[in-house]
Amino acid sequence: MKRNLILIAIMLCLVVYALYSNQGAEFGGADGQAEGVIEEINPGYEPWFNPIWEPPSGEIESLLFALQAALGTGFICYYLGYSIGRSKGRAQA
Amino acid sequence: MLSFGMHIMEGFLPLPWAVAWFVLMLPFLYLSIRKTRQLVAQNPRAMLLLAFAGAFTFVLSALKLPSVTGSCSHPTGVALGAILFGPAVMVLIGLIVLLFQALLLAHGGLTTLGANVMSMAIVGPLVTYGVYALLKKTRLPHWAAVLIGAALGSLATYCVTALQLALAYPGGPDGFYGALIKFTGIFAVTQVPIAIIEGILTVLVVDLLYAYNRQEVESLRDMSIGGEQA
Repeated sequence: MKRNLILIAIMLCLVVYALYSNQGAEFGGADGQAEGVIEEINPGYEPWFNPIWEPPSGEIESLLFALQAALGTGFICYYLGYSIGRSKGRAQA
Repeated sequence: MLSFGMHIMEGFLPLPWAVAWFVLMLPFLYLSIRKTRQLVAQNPRAMLLLAFAGAFTFVLSALKLPSVTGSCSHPTGVALGAILFGPAVMVLIGLIVLLFQALLLAHGGLTTLGANVMSMAIVGPLVTYGVYALLKKTRLPHWAAVLIGAALGSLATYCVTALQLALAYPGGPDGFYGALIKFTGIFAVTQVPIAIIEGILTVLVVDLLYAYNRQEVESLRDMSIGGEQA
């Protein structure tokens, strides 16, 4: 338990340190940067295929990402709760 | 450009490479489907735990985290399933998550699906499982084997992404190696702290599973991995 608290603290430190040590950085996606390098190596490169559908705005995109995370977390918590309840039930029986 | 993601972007792999990675993925996908079917047929309860591993991949690949390089990347989330079931089933689960992101989030892409499955759902889980299995034989505590296996698998995924891009774009003044160094700098270095976070999250979840459901987890693993050798 104590070990896990330390691990959680390390995790938070990694995120906070990344933000703190790069004040003013853009924090764009690594793929956006890769596009830059591809254009540098191959000037005039045009992607030959475009996404079939793109979220119309950053808001819609964050809605979809939030949904993805919420659905996943929902199932994870359902399963953990089910396991905990079952193991307690067994212990009582 | 809306998508701030980390997989190879739609349309950014020249056609021959897109096809090559897709073809290379197919035999792994076939094995994965067969393995998953077999596992569920032997034990219908495996379905729940498989869905759990899938849900974990879903959540982690939605977490775009800041890195020390001043850009963002996200964990892959495939390590948990690789540790619980061995690497084979993760090809199918990874493919489903990548398809969802390509179709609904313009993140990754259909033309780059083969390449992205290769890095995230094939090489990542293989490295995770290999390192985990190796470390489990040492005196290291179980949680440390999980952490290191998950972190190295996550890192390996992004090294493969860098390699795939360098193979496709070997031009530039410094040739293939110059390109490889550049892409590795973007993807793999950004991924280092995020790989550690992925390792930690995987330890936390494995811990909970072991605390309340150890018997089932272990019997499913024996079944899943025993079947692989047979």
